Amino acid sequence: MSKFFKETDIDTSQAEAIVTETLKNCDDGELYLENHKSESIVLDDNKIKSSTYNSDQGYGFRAVTGEVVAYSHSNDISKESLRKSSDNLKDTLKSKKGTYNHEIPKTNSKYYENINPIESKTFDSKIDLLKSVNNYLRSKGSIVNQVTANFLGEHKSIEIIRSDNQILKDDRPLVRFNVSVVLEKDGKKETGVYGVGGRQSYDDYLKDGSWKDVCNEAFRIANVNLESKPAPAGEMKVVLGPGWPAILIHEAIGHGLEGDFNRKKTSAFHSLMGQQVASEGVTIVDDGTLHQRRGSLTIDDEGTPTENTVLIENGILKNYMQDRLNARLMGTKSTGSGRRESYKHVVLPRMRNTMMLSGKYSQDEMISSVDKGIFAVSFGGGQVDITSGKFVFNCTEAYEINNGKIGSPIKGATLIGDGPSILKEVSLVGNDMKLDPGIGTCGKAGQGVPVGVAQPSILINKMTVGGTKL
Amino acid sequence: MIRDQEFLKDIASYCIENSKKLGATDVGVKVIHSVSENVSFRNKKLDESNRADSFAVNLTTYIEKKKSSINSSDLSKSNLEKLIERCIDATKITPSDENNSLPDKDLMSKEIRDLNLYDETHYPNDKKIEFLKKVEETASTDEKIVNTEAGFTENKNNFILANSNGFLDGYKTSNFSSSCVAVSRINGAMERDYEFGSTRFLEDMMEPEEIGKIAADKAIKKLGPKKIKSERIGVIFDKRISKGILSTLASAISASAIARGTSFLKDQINSEVFPNSINIIDDPKIEKGLGSQNFDSEGVETNSLKLVENGILKNYLIDTYYGKKLKLKSNGRSGGTTNLYFENGTLSFKDLLNSEKKFLYITETIGHGGNIITGDYSVGASGFMVEDGELTYPVSEITIAGNFKEMFKNITLANDLEMKYSTNAPTLLINQMTVAGK
Repeated sequence: MSKFFKETDIDTSQAEAIVTETLKNCDDGELYLENHKSESIVLDDNKIKSSTYNSDQGYGFRAVTGEVVAYSHSNDISKESLRKSSDNLKDTLKSKKGTYNHEIPKTNSKYYENINPIESKTFDSKIDLLKSVNNYLRSKGSIVNQVTANFLGEHKSIEIIRSDNQILKDDRPLVRFNVSVVLEKDGKKETGVYGVGGRQSYDDYLKDGSWKDVCNEAFRIANVNLESKPAPAGEMKVVLGPGWPAILIHEAIGHGLEGDFNRKKTSAFHSLMGQQVASEGVTIVDDGTLHQRRGSLTIDDEGTPTENTVLIENGILKNYMQDRLNARLMGTKSTGSGRRESYKHVVLPRMRNTMMLSGKYSQDEMISSVDKGIFAVSFGGGQVDITSGKFVFNCTEAYEINNGKIGSPIKGATLIGDGPSILKEVSLVGNDMKLDPGIGTCGKAGQGVPVGVAQPSILINKMTVGGTKL
Repeated sequence: MIRDQEFLKDIASYCIENSKKLGATDVGVKVIHSVSENVSFRNKKLDESNRADSFAVNLTTYIEKKKSSINSSDLSKSNLEKLIERCIDATKITPSDENNSLPDKDLMSKEIRDLNLYDETHYPNDKKIEFLKKVEETASTDEKIVNTEAGFTENKNNFILANSNGFLDGYKTSNFSSSCVAVSRINGAMERDYEFGSTRFLEDMMEPEEIGKIAADKAIKKLGPKKIKSERIGVIFDKRISKGILSTLASAISASAIARGTSFLKDQINSEVFPNSINIIDDPKIEKGLGSQNFDSEGVETNSLKLVENGILKNYLIDTYYGKKLKLKSNGRSGGTTNLYFENGTLSFKDLLNSEKKFLYITETIGHGGNIITGDYSVGASGFMVEDGELTYPVSEITIAGNFKEMFKNITLANDLEMKYSTNAPTLLINQMTVAGK
């Protein structure tokens, strides 16, 4: 039984009948139902700037035959609305004939609890904590110019009704806590941002004063940046720190290994399966099964259980990330990577937690091997052109390296590289793999989904650093 | 298809009345209905069809100077009742802020002018498909084009904005957009480029052949790019990206960035920020304009503003909340700029390209490398080298970097402004930026 039809003029078996009838000549498809509650509470400029609660519910009805996807969504869950959507789907696919693939793997695993983080911490205590953050950071002196802190919490319930009356369900909690601080010294202003989160309650990330660690980290980054000098411009060696800098992997490699771009042959990686695409010693996986991580999913948004997919093993390209449509068209199986931002969006193959696994070198060995280069510790966002393979990301904390020693901090600069060749330039892989703090959101085709990344320290032989100093 | 004003007004009034009953002293609400139909093609075959029918209610309740909000897509009165109660409960325990308030009554929009923003024409999916076939047919003529994707979206919107001071108004808008992405290949290496058109009225849409041809030509021209040496050089921004400079300006002069002290243009009002030949205008009342509006997102009347006059920064973009903080009146810019543009420069495109021996001409930037607090700018870029006024070869895998404060002062505009987007700029030259390459 589905809980989505409770206060409507339609019951589960009637909805199932519409689904079966609509999809009878299709290769695949489903009715996806979603209830999404979220909140955002923001402290800014010494005040609670906003407190917002969102409640959204709706369905996305999808029919797939061959390469064609017909989709119709609405927030009106009613007989008439579903009928209209059904007619719309049938009309789009009227000249096509497919055979429904009933096979969908089952799982008993669960990678997070069904809790609602919004309700499991009182509104008062969230407001109090935001005020404490503000007071704590401002007590660090008049150098503190601006403090912003916010809670983002959500609970998403989904149900997937497939053609054979199978109903697949998942309940997903997600939270994020962010602190941003602006410091001013001698007329110069710099920002530091830090955050934590994942699929647990807020207090799992904030208890025992650990919210202070978040504040301290944001403050430390801003402080470092106050001393920053103009960044160098040109090609040089780059050491990346462990953890969050793995968004390099996400941008440079991850997107290019998503099934849709490879089926369409628009990815720079589409002809490289089984070939050496990275230095030996480089192994990259995309794992949806890590407990309570931001990018983890028990089942994906098509109902397929997630897995730990090996993308690159010791430098050799092994697998793409697949949803059901692209897997079927490429003659392979879904890797549980079919995701959508909400019922308003079509399914696309997407990353979950993308990780480069540890090698054997220490970070010190890497830095001492560099005559002239930079050491990048933290990043803002990144972007990639999957066709040309060119990708960028922005440093938010970086230092110059001179003669094997870490020197002054440098201003935020963009680093640019070429996806298919960058992993061949990785000469040392560190022994210190770290997960990111749980703050990543990946954008593709206008859809944002939560993701994670991880990597050890790595040494890249040659990358272009986009500073201003020649 | 799209619900009428009466239906939306009924919900807006219900929200206001119920919030007041439960103790709200002030209420603001927006009710929106939108219907969108999209068809996409890939390599001359239907790829996806997508129909969306969405409602939204955004409600903010005030109890004196306390404020809280809810958003929902479920317009049923039983759901709204529960959410209003939740919103009032949260409002009661949210700390007060003396700047929280509805806009001043005398600033509210008094009458709706028909700005020609709604075309009721429905373009059936069969027609969209015919259109897209023509787009892709033209885009794939050259054998170097190995992949094409094209899409057509039709959007109809209706909304009502209301508040407890008696404001209750809204209007319909429409949008038609079509795009083409072409992938070219030579010697195993690929490049991608695009073209798109976006209009309020179907009749104003570009011809499908034009969209396909431009996307394909641009993708072919990019083939075989070189990485250049790092150097200081004049950088010309193609019209597709020169408007980004205006978006940066808009963020830096928003009342929130000014009031919070997080803008590189803080304290620059009435100072020279651009060369004295430069004028920047934000005009909400352009007929059929993609950024046009009768009032801003709070219902405040909006009129044309000269943001920059003869190079001097004249106005911030002010909403009610940050206006109160800055002790300035809202100028109807809650929600940002409307139709924002540079007035045309004097040089022709050709003369601009010939004004020095050598330039870097940028057609695309990637990454989010602009820092509004410090003004530092560093992004990935691709484009062409210009030598003696001619585009000589494509360039990629480089970055361009500088600081907005200096970049703004070194802008030269061409005279080829077109009103194609909501933010529009002519081709522009920034003299001397740092390019990082080999």
